[in-house]
Amino acid sequence: MKLTGAEIVVRCLQEEGVDTVFGYPGGAVLHIYDAFFKQDRVRHVLVRHEQGAIHAAEGYAQATGKVGVGLVTSGPGATNAVTGLATAHMDSVPMVVISGQVPTAMIGNDAFQEADTVGITRPCTKHNFLVKDVRELAETIKKAFYLAASGRPGPVLVDIPKDISADECEFEYPEDVHIRSYNPTIKGHSGQIKKAVELMRQAERPIFYTGGGVVLGDAAEELTQLVRKFQFPITNTLMGLGAYPGNDEQFVGMLGMHGTYEANMAITHCDLLIAVGARFDDRVTGKIERFAPNAKIIHVDIDPASISKNVEVDVPIVGHVQSVLEEMNQAADKIGTGDAGRLTPWWDQIQDWRGRNCLKYDRDSGLIKPQFVLEKLHEITGGNAIVTSDVGQHQMWAAQFYNFKRPRQWLNSGGLGTMGYGFPAALGAQMAYPDAQVACITGEGSIQMNIQELSTAKQYRLPVKVVNLNNGYLGMVRQWQELFYESRYAESYVDALPDFVALAESYGHVGLRTDKPGDVEGLLREAFSTDRLVFMDFVTDPQENVYPMVPAGAGLDEMVLV
Amino acid sequence: MRRVISVLLENEAGALSRVAGLFSARGYNIEGLSVAPTDDADVSRMTIVTWGDDAIIEQIIKQLRKLIEVIKVTDLSEGAHIEREMVLLKVQAESGEERAEVQRIADIYRSRIIDVTDASFTLEVTGDSRKVQSLLELFEPSQVVEVVRTGTTAVGRGARGM
Repeated sequence: MKLTGAEIVVRCLQEEGVDTVFGYPGGAVLHIYDAFFKQDRVRHVLVRHEQGAIHAAEGYAQATGKVGVGLVTSGPGATNAVTGLATAHMDSVPMVVISGQVPTAMIGNDAFQEADTVGITRPCTKHNFLVKDVRELAETIKKAFYLAASGRPGPVLVDIPKDISADECEFEYPEDVHIRSYNPTIKGHSGQIKKAVELMRQAERPIFYTGGGVVLGDAAEELTQLVRKFQFPITNTLMGLGAYPGNDEQFVGMLGMHGTYEANMAITHCDLLIAVGARFDDRVTGKIERFAPNAKIIHVDIDPASISKNVEVDVPIVGHVQSVLEEMNQAADKIGTGDAGRLTPWWDQIQDWRGRNCLKYDRDSGLIKPQFVLEKLHEITGGNAIVTSDVGQHQMWAAQFYNFKRPRQWLNSGGLGTMGYGFPAALGAQMAYPDAQVACITGEGSIQMNIQELSTAKQYRLPVKVVNLNNGYLGMVRQWQELFYESRYAESYVDALPDFVALAESYGHVGLRTDKPGDVEGLLREAFSTDRLVFMDFVTDPQENVYPMVPAGAGLDEMVLV
Repeated sequence: MRRVISVLLENEAGALSRVAGLFSARGYNIEGLSVAPTDDADVSRMTIVTWGDDAIIEQIIKQLRKLIEVIKVTDLSEGAHIEREMVLLKVQAESGEERAEVQRIADIYRSRIIDVTDASFTLEVTGDSRKVQSLLELFEPSQVVEVVRTGTTAVGRGARGM
């Protein structure tokens, strides 16, 4: 049977098992929207800005592990999607974004709403395609899904000119697809794995340092087994939180610029660093020469280019983290985990560092401390909420204080640091899990970068709870200005804020506001007891800073503490 | 250290710009780049001349391999290999003495004169970059009308292919 290109797009999405697409219509995708209208298997969620569509699809993908799908029109539709694509690219989120393009014959003529979308998105996607023949459309979409989800995941864009979506051809969806130049390594080198486990058996001051790759690779279970088997301490990166239970005794907290004292000190003094699905990002390592200076380093990653990029490693293992960790578990079962007593001095040392209580804050303040709100949020949600955040101080506090217990519970923009990510991502997660508690932790700066999505939330009745930590400042900018620019607060004070309560209400949501610490718990309870979206505006201490802090360019052991 | 890297990649629109974009986005050096289809019309071979320390070269090779359309990457400088570049050089030569000199140089460099007018010669020279460079240095800048270089292309020595 012959189908139009537009019908093929919809059929391909159905074949891939896609249930939700986030998008915004426009001229170049009208045929595709018409094809959507004629079916009811794939739900389309209409956002209010294309950036919101891509972040919502990211939130959906990060929460579920499935490929997130976005649909945008040509020109500005595609350029508005770029920030979302770059965000997904940095955090390796599996996504397929379909963009409309002007008709083939008009490409290059500066046509209305024309942009060189494949050119613009080339550096911020894992791969992209311009479809020039309707007969290649189905296979291209198949390839896009395959590339997005396999190997190191990432966003893939498929640009479809309007005439291609109108052209017809026989539809047949390929069962699978082969790309000769693309063969990700899944199984790790067994000799290297053995070597790694041997080092682990002998290490006296070991630590696991694991990142987003463990979440992406669905390897939390294998990781937890291995860590418990060896009784080693473990730290997570910002993207890796939740891959190991945050309330477990062996967990020493997040590492890096705003990591805990014990995590950063343990990294500095360890003799064996086992890095899994992490990429030695500059926010994690601080000054590279001072990062784990006395350690042998084992690095497990599916992306060979991540290995020895920033830090020279001793035992590189390229492979899927799940497969490699499973093999490590097996090897450890066979050859043992070494004498447990050897770790006692190391754990004593770590307990000593823990005693520093680096995350303490003033609990007697008359002002709302943002940390307190997050502790209460954890308490009231039983630590079970899916939490998204925007970018800045509130993001770091959320990472430090929520204690994530499972993977895919914590969604944020770690690599690109995209303000405006959090709220649409929460909508995407809520779409995927309608009955889950979804909280968006944000600030008055970030939330305004995609606040128009309050309208989307209204249309789809998404009961997200927005926790706005409103200190009146672009807090992280203000913190740096206080510490490194002699308190010259250049453009970091956010004047003329809207009345967030009235704003939320104008969109048909519930708005709540308080500046009293004593009201925090009641307000949170009220918010989580309704099935409507609640925008909680917490007026917090404007002077509060995120600590510990490793100043840019300093070593991890050179933290500023409160 | 200077390296010569050979890349086999799908002969598709955009593939070249992915490689060029990679070098500019990551701040890698690029001294020369030449590309053309191979005996298989679906595959192009690219020769990249770059420089950097071992860690950077390792990253360049890994990042190239990561590009979806790249089939194979080899650092030819790791083994014995042959480099060639062709230059088309147009020089002014009007007086009898000048014309004789150009012809002598062409002879010494085993180059061919491929175009001639009463005021100019165009030479075709092939060799490695050093030979090409030394030829160019023999002429006064004022005498040189145009220099057209292909960029280095290279192949490994021995019976085996890439």
